[in-house]
Amino acid sequence: METSMHFDLQVIASFIEEKSRVLDLGCGKGDLLEFLKMNKQVEGSGIEIDEKKVISGIERGLPILKGDINEETQDYADDAFDFVILSQTLQQVYKPENVIREMLRIGKRGIVSFPCFNHVSIKLQLLFTSKAPITEELPYEWYNTPNIRVVTLKDFRIFCAKHKIKILEELAISSHHKQTTGKVVRFFPNWLARYGIYLLTR
Amino acid sequence: MSEYGEHDRNGISVGIVKKQHFTFAQPPEEMMLESGAKLGPITLAYETYGRLNERKNNVIMVFHALSGNSHAAGYYTENDEKPGWWDNMIGPGKGIDTDKYFVICPNIIGSCYGSTGPSSIDPRTDMPYALDFPLFTISDIVRSQKRLTDHLGIKKLLCLVGGSIGGMQAVEWAVTYPEMVESVIPIASTCKRSALSIGLSEAQRQAITADPNWNRGNYYSKELPEKGLALARMIGHISYLSEDSMQRKFGRRLQDNNAFKYDFSVDFEVECYLHYQGKKFVERFDANSYLYITKASDYFDLGEQRGSGSLTRVFSKTSSKFLVISFSSDWLYPTSQSKDMVKAMKKAGLDVSFCEIETDFGHDSFLLAHEQLTKLISGFINRIYNNSVGKT
Repeated sequence: METSMHFDLQVIASFIEEKSRVLDLGCGKGDLLEFLKMNKQVEGSGIEIDEKKVISGIERGLPILKGDINEETQDYADDAFDFVILSQTLQQVYKPENVIREMLRIGKRGIVSFPCFNHVSIKLQLLFTSKAPITEELPYEWYNTPNIRVVTLKDFRIFCAKHKIKILEELAISSHHKQTTGKVVRFFPNWLARYGIYLLTR
Repeated sequence: MSEYGEHDRNGISVGIVKKQHFTFAQPPEEMMLESGAKLGPITLAYETYGRLNERKNNVIMVFHALSGNSHAAGYYTENDEKPGWWDNMIGPGKGIDTDKYFVICPNIIGSCYGSTGPSSIDPRTDMPYALDFPLFTISDIVRSQKRLTDHLGIKKLLCLVGGSIGGMQAVEWAVTYPEMVESVIPIASTCKRSALSIGLSEAQRQAITADPNWNRGNYYSKELPEKGLALARMIGHISYLSEDSMQRKFGRRLQDNNAFKYDFSVDFEVECYLHYQGKKFVERFDANSYLYITKASDYFDLGEQRGSGSLTRVFSKTSSKFLVISFSSDWLYPTSQSKDMVKAMKKAGLDVSFCEIETDFGHDSFLLAHEQLTKLISGFINRIYNNSVGKT
């Protein structure tokens, strides 16, 4: 596996089967898509709202649509993709339930990753500083953060159970998401995970 | 589209180019038009840039808009003041790289730049066609262009690129000859002319036909309907700009004095500019061509005409890859219309990319030198080219 890829993207890539059809929601400049195209020969496209990122992605030869993921998923037929990915974006989604439901309508499987708000450093910050925690995964002040949701791994499991979403795999990762190497946490994942990655199905 | 942008005479270009002509549909084998009328013989003016490779798989066809022509790049002579209308995009190392690709730009039927149109001589009468020229559609334009690619021995088109009415031709091509077209870039375009666009078109046509010199189209050996055509151009030109770009360029600045003149001569700079645009236009364009081409674009409704009302059904006919581009301040062909196109392509399961470029230059943005537009076009075509080379 290419080592310059963020570790979370490497993990996501490991879930994806060769030559599958992939849609990446909030794909940025298309790092993951390009990796999947090169290494897994996928037929991939992405949706991204930032014009500059869209242009960079299309410039490097990736099919990308500029738009809002809440709206753009609606035009696809059921099962149009094998995998639909929502990487490090869930915490910014206004209606997560709708987005995940749409993901699992247009895709046979969904992959969701998000920063976990229960990491021990967050708990300690809140306890000792009495300020809204700031971490590498969630590096913003309360007044300028795009992250409108705080989610923990446990929250997400409950959410999935409530909405009858099957979790096929759950990985709790203890490295920072921009690092290229990382570690899967097996003990106390609720406390020690900086983010979680889920493979979901209907 | 408006007059050409600024160009560096010493900049990189394809150099000296030559307009070529191809004539077909000689009677009695005239081309049957969508209206049921027949047209022939038909001459198409066209230009080519770059070199056709041995496999003939590096062909890009570029389509011009309402008032454009086959002269998309380069210069006709050493002393030519201006290069072709898309010289900032087409040339060695440019967005559409002529070191790599073979570019064809045909002039549409009905135009007045060398292709058969209302100002051409009708062989039956030895007089200009004028209003005896049959009305035609975007589909007729495309079918005539297919005769040109046949003539050039081209079976595959790597990419079709066009802005505005040029985008309509590109999309029509993809669904009419799906086996030939690998990819399409419609820019600032639509699959269905809106009521607003048709309304503006009709106001422009009325400006021409209300000019007494128009004389039901018979003006070729007489005084030309210059006032009507200039007025049409003024209306058209406004629709290619945006509120912000006009405000920035002119504001409320006065032309000559610091005071109002209190008469109906020109007070504001913007008035003077539009008068100038109109005047410049009548020197280069035929009023009847303006009527015919605007009508052809008004008739365009791809979903209705080719998919019994469903645009998705239309795009299910092709497997071409698309890059749809719109401009945020374009109110003539707004982003929503590009998005309608994209929606249908997604539903049809096509490989489609879309980008709305944030700019306040309005509909005309596609003709201006624009780094982002260049990146999008070159990156997209490069992918298609690499895929295509890998396949064969």
